[in-house]
Amino acid sequence: MAEQVDNSRRDFLTKAAVVGSITVAPGVFLHQSASAKPADEAVTNQKRWGMLIDTNKCAKGCTDCVDACNNEHGLTGFGRPETDAQYIRKVTLRDKQTEHELSLPLMCQHCESPPCVDVCPTGASFKRVDGIVLVDKHICIGCRYCMMACPYKARSFVHEALENQTLSAPRGKGTVESCTMCVHRVDNDGTPACVEACTAENHKAMIFGDLNDKNSEISNELKKHGGKQIRADLNLNTGVRYQGL
Amino acid sequence: MKRFLHISIVLAGLAALLPVTGFAETPLPSIHEPKGEGVKCVKPESEMRRNHMNYILHQRDKTMHEGIRTETYSLANCIDCHVEPNENGEIVSHKSDEHFCNACHSYTSVTIDCFECHADRPQKYIKRASATKEDKGTSTNTQEGNL
Repeated sequence: MAEQVDNSRRDFLTKAAVVGSITVAPGVFLHQSASAKPADEAVTNQKRWGMLIDTNKCAKGCTDCVDACNNEHGLTGFGRPETDAQYIRKVTLRDKQTEHELSLPLMCQHCESPPCVDVCPTGASFKRVDGIVLVDKHICIGCRYCMMACPYKARSFVHEALENQTLSAPRGKGTVESCTMCVHRVDNDGTPACVEACTAENHKAMIFGDLNDKNSEISNELKKHGGKQIRADLNLNTGVRYQGL
Repeated sequence: MKRFLHISIVLAGLAALLPVTGFAETPLPSIHEPKGEGVKCVKPESEMRRNHMNYILHQRDKTMHEGIRTETYSLANCIDCHVEPNENGEIVSHKSDEHFCNACHSYTSVTIDCFECHADRPQKYIKRASATKEDKGTSTNTQEGNL
Protein backbone atom coordinates (compact mmCIF):
# COMPACT_ATOMS: atom_id res chain seq x y z
CA MET A 1 0.00 0.00 0.00
CA ALA A 2 1.42 3.33 -1.05
CA GLU A 3 1.74 5.84 1.74
CA GLN A 4 0.10 9.13 0.95
CA VAL A 5 1.70 12.31 2.11
CA ASP A 6 -0.65 14.49 4.06
CA ASN A 7 0.34 17.88 2.69
CA SER A 8 -1.83 19.95 4.96
CA ARG A 9 -0.24 18.28 7.99
CA ARG A 10 3.22 18.84 6.57
CA ASP A 11 2.46 22.53 5.93
CA PHE A 12 1.18 22.94 9.44
CA LEU A 13 4.34 21.40 10.89
CA THR A 14 6.56 23.62 8.74
CA LYS A 15 4.71 26.72 9.82
CA ALA A 16 4.78 25.64 13.42
CA ALA A 17 8.55 25.13 13.21
CA VAL A 18 9.03 28.60 11.69
CA VAL A 19 6.87 30.24 14.36
CA GLY A 20 8.71 28.30 17.03
CA SER A 21 12.10 29.37 15.79
CA ILE A 22 11.00 33.03 15.65
CA THR A 23 9.59 32.96 19.15
CA VAL A 24 12.92 31.91 20.61
CA ALA A 25 15.28 34.86 20.84
CA PRO A 26 18.33 34.65 18.57
CA GLY A 27 21.37 33.20 20.30
CA VAL A 28 19.29 31.15 22.69
CA PHE A 29 19.59 27.44 22.20
CA LEU A 30 16.89 25.19 23.54
CA HIS A 31 18.98 22.06 23.80
CA GLN A 32 22.50 23.27 24.21
CA SER A 33 23.75 20.26 26.14
CA ALA A 34 22.22 17.77 23.72
CA SER A 35 23.56 19.33 20.53
CA ALA A 36 26.54 17.82 18.76
CA LYS A 37 29.67 19.91 18.49
CA PRO A 38 30.13 21.29 14.96
CA ALA A 39 33.31 19.94 13.40
CA ASP A 40 34.86 23.41 13.04
CA GLU A 41 34.41 24.38 16.67
CA ALA A 42 37.05 23.82 19.32
CA VAL A 43 36.26 21.76 22.38
CA THR A 44 35.52 23.75 25.52
CA ASN A 45 35.79 23.25 29.25
CA GLN A 46 31.98 23.30 29.46
CA LYS A 47 32.27 19.56 29.30
CA ARG A 48 34.41 17.17 31.27
CA TRP A 49 34.29 13.68 29.88
CA GLY A 50 34.33 10.86 32.35
CA MET A 51 33.56 7.22 32.84
CA LEU A 52 31.91 5.24 35.62
CA ILE A 53 32.62 1.56 36.00
CA ASP A 54 30.53 -0.74 38.18
CA THR A 55 32.88 -3.51 39.27
CA ASN A 56 29.95 -5.60 40.53
CA LYS A 57 28.79 -5.98 36.94
CA CYS A 58 32.31 -6.58 35.58
CA ALA A 59 32.81 -10.33 35.22
CA LYS A 60 36.16 -11.89 35.94
CA GLY A 61 37.65 -13.20 32.72
CA CYS A 62 35.46 -11.04 30.48
CA THR A 63 37.58 -8.99 28.09
CA ASP A 64 34.91 -7.51 25.82
CA CYS A 65 36.03 -3.93 26.52
CA VAL A 66 39.69 -4.80 25.99
CA ASP A 67 38.95 -6.58 22.70
CA ALA A 68 36.82 -3.69 21.44
CA CYS A 69 39.61 -1.27 22.34
CA ASN A 70 42.24 -3.37 20.58
CA ASN A 71 40.08 -3.55 17.47
CA GLU A 72 39.30 0.13 17.48
CA HIS A 73 42.93 1.19 17.74
CA GLY A 74 44.48 -1.67 15.83
CA LEU A 75 46.47 -2.91 18.81
CA THR A 76 48.09 -6.23 18.07
CA GLY A 77 50.56 -8.04 20.24
CA PHE A 78 54.05 -9.21 19.42
CA GLY A 79 53.90 -12.02 21.95
CA ARG A 80 55.63 -9.90 24.58
CA PRO A 81 53.00 -9.13 27.21
CA GLU A 82 55.41 -6.99 29.25
CA THR A 83 55.87 -4.44 26.49
CA ASP A 84 52.95 -4.95 24.09
CA ALA A 85 50.70 -1.93 23.84
CA GLN A 86 47.62 -2.03 25.99
CA TYR A 87 45.18 0.80 26.57
CA ILE A 88 42.97 -1.21 28.94
CA ARG A 89 44.07 -3.92 31.36
CA LYS A 90 41.75 -6.19 33.24
CA VAL A 91 42.95 -6.20 36.84
CA THR A 92 41.85 -8.70 39.45
CA LEU A 93 41.95 -7.54 43.04
CA ARG A 94 41.89 -9.95 45.95
CA ASP A 95 41.30 -8.99 49.54
CA LYS A 96 43.74 -11.16 51.46
CA GLN A 97 41.59 -11.37 54.54
CA THR A 98 38.18 -12.12 53.06
CA GLU A 99 39.49 -13.60 49.80
CA HIS A 100 36.89 -11.53 48.00
CA GLU A 101 37.90 -11.03 44.40
CA LEU A 102 36.82 -8.35 42.02
CA SER A 103 37.71 -7.61 38.44
CA LEU A 104 37.93 -4.22 36.79
CA PRO A 105 39.18 -2.60 33.61
CA LEU A 106 42.02 -0.17 34.29
CA MET A 107 42.95 2.45 31.74
CA CYS A 108 44.13 6.04 31.69
CA GLN A 109 42.12 7.67 34.45
CA HIS A 110 42.09 11.06 32.69
CA CYS A 111 43.15 12.96 35.80
CA GLU A 112 42.34 16.60 36.30
CA SER A 113 45.95 17.07 37.46
CA PRO A 114 47.77 14.45 35.42
CA PRO A 115 51.31 13.55 36.61
CA CYS A 116 52.18 12.49 33.03
CA VAL A 117 51.60 16.06 31.85
CA ASP A 118 53.67 17.47 34.72
CA VAL A 119 56.76 15.50 33.79
CA CYS A 120 56.62 15.69 29.98
CA PRO A 121 59.65 17.67 28.75
CA THR A 122 58.19 18.54 25.34
CA GLY A 123 54.53 19.23 26.01
CA ALA A 124 53.53 16.14 24.06
CA SER A 125 51.59 14.82 27.02
CA PHE A 126 48.69 17.19 27.50
CA LYS A 127 45.17 17.51 28.79
CA ARG A 128 42.50 18.80 26.47
CA VAL A 129 40.22 21.42 27.95
CA ASP A 130 37.40 18.88 28.07
CA GLY A 131 39.46 16.67 30.40
CA ILE A 132 40.77 14.04 27.97
CA VAL A 133 44.47 13.33 28.54
CA LEU A 134 46.35 12.62 25.32
CA VAL A 135 49.80 12.22 23.81
CA ASP A 136 50.61 14.45 20.84
CA LYS A 137 52.75 11.90 19.06
CA HIS A 138 54.00 14.55 16.65
CA ILE A 139 56.09 16.04 19.44
CA CYS A 140 56.62 12.98 21.67
CA ILE A 141 60.31 12.09 21.81
CA GLY A 142 59.72 8.71 23.43
CA CYS A 143 61.54 9.47 26.70
CA ARG A 144 58.90 7.60 28.70
CA TYR A 145 58.99 9.86 31.76
CA CYS A 146 55.19 9.88 31.65
CA MET A 147 55.12 6.10 31.88
CA MET A 148 57.13 6.28 35.07
CA ALA A 149 55.02 9.10 36.47
CA CYS A 150 51.64 7.46 35.86
CA PRO A 151 50.40 5.82 39.08
CA TYR A 152 48.06 3.58 37.07
CA LYS A 153 50.61 2.06 34.69
CA ALA A 154 48.26 3.20 31.94
CA ARG A 155 50.74 4.06 29.21
CA SER A 156 52.55 1.93 26.66
CA PHE A 157 55.52 2.53 24.42
CA VAL A 158 55.55 1.37 20.82
CA HIS A 159 58.74 -0.63 20.32
CA GLU A 160 58.18 -1.98 16.82
CA ALA A 161 57.65 -0.34 13.44
CA LEU A 162 53.98 -0.68 12.59
CA GLU A 163 52.00 -1.00 9.40
CA ASN A 164 48.35 -0.94 8.46
CA GLN A 165 47.28 1.38 11.23
CA THR A 166 43.64 2.31 11.34
CA LEU A 167 42.57 5.66 9.97
CA SER A 168 41.29 7.02 13.25
CA ALA A 169 44.11 5.77 15.49
CA PRO A 170 47.52 6.78 14.16
CA ARG A 171 50.28 5.11 16.16
CA GLY A 172 53.92 4.44 15.48
CA LYS A 173 57.30 3.36 16.75
CA GLY A 174 59.10 5.48 19.30
CA THR A 175 56.10 7.18 20.87
CA VAL A 176 54.11 6.68 24.05
CA GLU A 177 50.40 6.07 23.88
CA SER A 178 47.44 5.33 26.10
CA CYS A 179 43.66 5.34 26.24
CA THR A 180 42.37 8.36 24.33
CA MET A 181 38.82 7.90 25.60
CA CYS A 182 38.21 7.30 21.88
CA VAL A 183 38.55 11.03 21.28
CA HIS A 184 37.85 10.56 17.55
CA ARG A 185 34.45 9.11 18.43
CA VAL A 186 33.71 11.58 21.22
CA ASP A 187 34.36 14.54 18.89
CA ASN A 188 31.73 13.11 16.57
CA ASP A 189 29.25 12.73 19.40
CA GLY A 190 30.06 9.05 19.87
CA THR A 191 30.79 6.74 22.76
CA PRO A 192 34.15 5.07 23.48
CA ALA A 193 34.50 1.60 21.93
CA CYS A 194 34.88 -0.13 25.33
CA VAL A 195 31.67 1.34 26.72
CA GLU A 196 29.83 0.55 23.51
CA ALA A 197 30.99 -3.08 23.61
CA CYS A 198 30.15 -3.49 27.30
CA THR A 199 26.66 -2.15 26.70
CA ALA A 200 26.18 -4.13 23.48
CA GLU A 201 27.03 -7.36 25.31
CA ASN A 202 24.46 -6.36 27.91
CA HIS A 203 26.94 -6.18 30.82
CA LYS A 204 26.22 -2.50 31.30
CA ALA A 205 29.16 -2.09 33.64
CA MET A 206 30.44 1.11 32.02
CA ILE A 207 28.85 4.53 31.62
CA PHE A 208 30.40 7.34 29.61
CA GLY A 209 29.31 10.94 29.81
CA ASP A 210 29.79 14.56 30.77
CA LEU A 211 30.66 15.00 34.44
CA ASN A 212 29.86 18.73 34.24
CA ASP A 213 26.32 18.11 33.03
CA LYS A 214 24.26 17.55 36.15
CA ASN A 215 21.53 15.86 34.13
CA SER A 216 23.73 13.32 32.38
CA GLU A 217 23.36 9.64 33.20
CA ILE A 218 26.84 9.47 34.68
CA SER A 219 26.29 12.48 36.95
CA ASN A 220 22.97 11.13 38.16
CA GLU A 221 24.44 7.74 38.89
CA LEU A 222 27.41 9.28 40.71
CA LYS A 223 25.07 11.47 42.74
CA LYS A 224 22.84 8.56 43.67
CA HIS A 225 25.36 5.80 44.32
CA GLY A 226 28.75 7.50 44.36
CA GLY A 227 31.95 6.40 42.71
CA LYS A 228 35.46 5.98 44.03
CA GLN A 229 38.75 7.06 42.54
CA ILE A 230 41.60 4.60 42.51
CA ARG A 231 44.39 6.08 44.66
CA ALA A 232 42.19 8.97 45.72
CA ASP A 233 44.98 9.87 48.16
CA LEU A 234 46.97 11.30 45.26
CA ASN A 235 44.37 14.06 44.75
CA LEU A 236 44.40 13.71 40.99
CA ASN A 237 40.62 14.01 40.60
CA THR A 238 40.31 11.25 38.06
CA GLY A 239 37.73 11.29 35.29
CA VAL A 240 37.27 7.53 35.58
CA ARG A 241 35.40 6.42 38.69
CA TYR A 242 34.58 2.99 40.08
CA GLN A 243 31.71 1.53 42.05
CA GLY A 244 31.96 -1.54 44.25
CA LEU A 245 35.61 -1.20 45.24
CA MET B 1 79.33 34.51 -42.03
CA LYS B 2 82.11 32.01 -41.50
CA ARG B 3 81.97 32.48 -37.72
CA PHE B 4 78.22 31.94 -37.80
CA LEU B 5 78.75 28.72 -39.73
CA HIS B 6 81.27 27.51 -37.11
CA ILE B 7 78.93 28.21 -34.25
CA SER B 8 76.12 26.48 -36.04
CA ILE B 9 78.22 23.39 -36.60
CA VAL B 10 79.27 23.28 -32.94
CA LEU B 11 75.69 23.70 -31.79
CA ALA B 12 74.46 21.04 -34.16
CA GLY B 13 77.16 18.69 -32.87
CA LEU B 14 76.16 19.32 -29.28
CA ALA B 15 72.54 18.76 -30.11
CA ALA B 16 73.42 15.49 -31.76
CA LEU B 17 75.36 14.43 -28.66
CA LEU B 18 72.54 15.17 -26.26
CA PRO B 19 70.65 11.90 -26.43
CA VAL B 20 73.86 9.89 -26.49
CA THR B 21 75.70 11.42 -23.55
CA GLY B 22 72.46 11.24 -21.63
CA PHE B 23 71.11 14.43 -20.40
CA ALA B 24 68.68 11.70 -19.42
CA GLU B 25 66.79 13.31 -16.59
CA THR B 26 65.11 11.49 -13.75
CA PRO B 27 61.62 10.99 -15.11
CA LEU B 28 59.05 13.37 -13.74
CA PRO B 29 56.82 11.76 -11.16
CA SER B 30 53.49 10.61 -12.46
CA ILE B 31 50.82 12.03 -10.25
CA HIS B 32 47.46 10.44 -9.76
CA GLU B 33 44.75 12.93 -10.58
CA PRO B 34 41.46 12.11 -8.93
CA LYS B 35 38.95 11.21 -11.61
CA GLY B 36 35.34 12.19 -11.82
CA GLU B 37 33.31 15.12 -12.97
CA GLY B 38 33.71 18.24 -10.91
CA VAL B 39 36.34 16.67 -8.68
CA LYS B 40 38.65 19.46 -7.66
CA CYS B 41 41.28 19.82 -5.00
CA VAL B 42 40.53 22.03 -2.00
CA LYS B 43 42.97 24.64 -3.38
CA PRO B 44 44.42 25.33 -6.84
CA GLU B 45 47.08 22.85 -7.89
CA SER B 46 49.91 25.41 -7.89
CA GLU B 47 49.03 26.45 -4.35
CA MET B 48 48.85 22.87 -3.13
CA ARG B 49 52.16 21.92 -4.71
CA ARG B 50 53.95 24.66 -2.82
CA ASN B 51 52.03 24.90 0.43
CA HIS B 52 50.25 21.60 1.14
CA MET B 53 52.50 20.92 4.13
CA ASN B 54 51.46 24.14 5.84
CA TYR B 55 47.79 23.35 5.50
CA ILE B 56 48.27 19.85 6.87
CA LEU B 57 50.48 21.03 9.73
CA HIS B 58 48.00 23.70 10.76
CA GLN B 59 45.14 21.22 10.66
CA ARG B 60 47.20 18.72 12.65
CA ASP B 61 47.52 20.97 15.68
CA LYS B 62 43.91 22.11 15.49
CA THR B 63 42.68 18.54 15.45
CA MET B 64 45.06 17.20 18.08
CA HIS B 65 44.64 19.95 20.65
CA GLU B 66 41.26 21.51 19.96
CA GLY B 67 39.31 18.60 18.52
CA ILE B 68 38.54 20.48 15.30
CA ARG B 69 37.89 17.74 12.80
CA THR B 70 36.99 19.52 9.57
CA GLU B 71 37.74 17.49 6.47
CA THR B 72 39.02 20.14 4.09
CA TYR B 73 42.69 20.10 5.06
CA SER B 74 42.83 16.75 6.81
CA LEU B 75 45.45 14.25 5.73
CA ALA B 76 42.76 11.58 5.58
CA ASN B 77 40.88 13.68 3.05
CA CYS B 78 43.98 13.98 0.82
CA ILE B 79 44.53 10.24 1.00
CA ASP B 80 40.88 9.46 0.32
CA CYS B 81 40.97 11.27 -3.02
CA HIS B 82 44.52 10.73 -4.21
CA VAL B 83 45.33 7.17 -3.22
CA GLU B 84 43.58 4.59 -5.35
CA PRO B 85 44.46 1.18 -6.71
CA ASN B 86 46.68 1.18 -9.82
CA GLU B 87 45.81 -0.47 -13.15
CA ASN B 88 46.55 -3.87 -11.67
CA GLY B 89 44.07 -3.26 -8.90
CA GLU B 90 46.81 -3.09 -6.29
CA ILE B 91 47.00 -0.39 -3.70
CA VAL B 92 50.62 0.50 -3.10
CA SER B 93 52.25 1.34 0.20
CA HIS B 94 53.69 4.76 1.00
CA LYS B 95 57.15 3.32 0.44
CA SER B 96 56.51 2.82 -3.26
CA ASP B 97 57.29 5.54 -5.81
CA GLU B 98 53.84 4.90 -7.21
CA HIS B 99 52.21 6.21 -4.05
CA PHE B 100 50.76 9.68 -4.61
CA CYS B 101 52.76 11.28 -1.79
CA ASN B 102 55.99 9.43 -2.33
CA ALA B 103 56.04 10.04 -6.09
CA CYS B 104 57.05 13.70 -5.62
CA HIS B 105 58.83 13.32 -2.29
CA SER B 106 61.08 10.71 -3.76
CA TYR B 107 61.74 12.91 -6.83
CA THR B 108 62.66 15.88 -4.65
CA SER B 109 64.50 13.81 -2.01
CA VAL B 110 62.18 14.79 0.78
CA THR B 111 61.72 12.29 3.59
CA ILE B 112 58.45 12.52 5.45
CA ASP B 113 57.39 10.49 8.44
CA CYS B 114 53.62 11.00 8.33
CA PHE B 115 53.04 7.38 7.42
CA GLU B 116 55.09 5.93 10.24
CA CYS B 117 51.86 6.42 12.15
CA HIS B 118 49.11 7.52 9.76
CA ALA B 119 47.25 5.29 7.36
CA ASP B 120 48.69 5.62 3.84
CA ARG B 121 45.51 4.48 2.10
CA PRO B 122 41.77 5.06 2.46
CA GLN B 123 40.08 3.13 5.22
CA LYS B 124 38.23 0.87 2.76
CA TYR B 125 41.56 -0.53 1.57
CA ILE B 126 42.94 -1.23 5.03
CA LYS B 127 42.82 -4.92 5.57
CA ARG B 128 43.28 -5.78 9.18
CA ALA B 129 43.15 -9.15 10.75
CA SER B 130 40.82 -8.41 13.62
CA ALA B 131 42.52 -8.99 16.92
CA THR B 132 41.65 -12.38 18.25
CA LYS B 133 41.60 -13.28 21.90
CA GLU B 134 44.97 -15.03 21.61
CA ASP B 135 46.59 -12.16 19.73
CA LYS B 136 45.28 -9.24 21.66
CA GLY B 137 48.59 -8.41 23.25
CA THR B 138 47.21 -7.81 26.67
CA SER B 139 47.97 -9.31 29.98
CA THR B 140 45.83 -9.67 33.01
CA ASN B 141 47.42 -8.54 36.19
CA THR B 142 46.45 -9.81 39.56
CA GLN B 143 47.11 -7.57 42.50
CA GLU B 144 46.45 -8.32 46.10
CA GLY B 145 45.40 -6.02 48.89
CA ASN B 146 43.60 -2.75 49.10
CA LEU B 147 43.63 0.06 46.64
